[in-house]
Amino acid sequence: MTDPLALDPVLSPAERSRLPFNEEHRSHDERYELFEQHVLAGGKVEAGDWMPDEYRTQVLRFVEMHANSELMGVLPEREWIMKAPTLRRKLALTAKVQDEVGHSQLLYRVAEDLGKPRDRMIEDLLAGRTKFHNVFHYPTHTWADIGVIAWLVDAAAIVAQQALRDSSYAPYARTMRKICWEESVHIMHGRDVVVTMVTGTSQQRDMIQEALDRWWGPLMQMHGPRSDRSKDRDIQWRIKAKTSEELRQEFLGIYVPRIWELGLTLPDPMLGLDPTTGDWRYTEPDWQELRTVVTNNGPKSQERLAFRQLNWDETRWVRDSILAAPRAAA
Amino acid sequence: MTDTPPADRAAGSPPDGRTLEPWEVFRQEKEGDPMRHGGSVMAPDAELAVHYARELYARRQESVRLWIVRRADIHDLDDVDLLQPPLDRSFKKPGGYVMRDKLAAARAKSGQAKPKARPG
Repeated sequence: MTDPLALDPVLSPAERSRLPFNEEHRSHDERYELFEQHVLAGGKVEAGDWMPDEYRTQVLRFVEMHANSELMGVLPEREWIMKAPTLRRKLALTAKVQDEVGHSQLLYRVAEDLGKPRDRMIEDLLAGRTKFHNVFHYPTHTWADIGVIAWLVDAAAIVAQQALRDSSYAPYARTMRKICWEESVHIMHGRDVVVTMVTGTSQQRDMIQEALDRWWGPLMQMHGPRSDRSKDRDIQWRIKAKTSEELRQEFLGIYVPRIWELGLTLPDPMLGLDPTTGDWRYTEPDWQELRTVVTNNGPKSQERLAFRQLNWDETRWVRDSILAAPRAAA
Repeated sequence: MTDTPPADRAAGSPPDGRTLEPWEVFRQEKEGDPMRHGGSVMAPDAELAVHYARELYARRQESVRLWIVRRADIHDLDDVDLLQPPLDRSFKKPGGYVMRDKLAAARAKSGQAKPKARPG
């Protein structure tokens, strides 16, 4: 490893620094500026790098919300494990639930390295101080909801997640690559449930149409209201790459034709591709509903949080015994 | 504004108990492949770290081997003077030897033709 020619620094201080914002001798403002230049030029940030508080907080908030959503997102599906129509469906759904909990573990791990302990993240979620995605605050009525959730909720999520594989925060980007790979299986599972039911009895077909009608509103709200690109800090820092509207357009572009292909309808008379702009037109989503739901006033918000609380309390002994000092062998 | 992570990164632990710490997970996708970094897990000891790693990085039979290493045991070297010195290192690379013109001169001198490209 030792290179006799290189024992004394051979590069000038400016040339030596791959990431000059990591250098402690610089002033805060100078480091901030260098950091921003690095990120804007497409540079990546690792957990051990220096970063401005503002960036750390933004990434943490973003990843924590994502982790919360994965953790809470399994609750509607969990209710159907015992009611799945066949053994294969039961196995697939169980595996999906296990995957989503796994995703929350991976994401909480990314967030922990930014400085917030996992216990505090769970406590903040349970106390309503942090949020989870709107779609996980709604009830599931029939097995058809499970197909629609696994296909379209996961599809809407994966559109957002694929854009995060280029996040400036490298540990998050790497985690998203693993997560996207696993999510692609969920979409196939969900689409298979939907296609099976639309080709089944007329009652099964009606169940899918009814579930689709129920979920369309929340799906259209899921990516959030349009935002101004130049004012969106997450975009500027390149924590995420696409705006809400870009994600919604991408989702509509891929999935509306696949929904129509099955002879299903969507409950929005305005919905259609505008031939002049190339964008999808749609009725303005109900943003008031979105705000109500994500502040834990949705139809199932309190029940699901109460279940998580129960689960958190009942598993406390496991966490305590993991951390307990080992007892001397008897 | 301190811009430094809190000193206590690990989750809380009872007074005389153990602390969670990060373990890095490396995975091999199939026999003969290099070990690649997969991510990390939090655990108080190697035994639990192995269990968590198996659960999060090999649940779908996507790995044939895992290495689980305490993060604190990793030596990180990123000194550019050692790794990327601005000295001419072309003699260490095949591209550092350009002899097309010299070969042409040698052929001219010996009166030999350029060999045909090998088939395939």
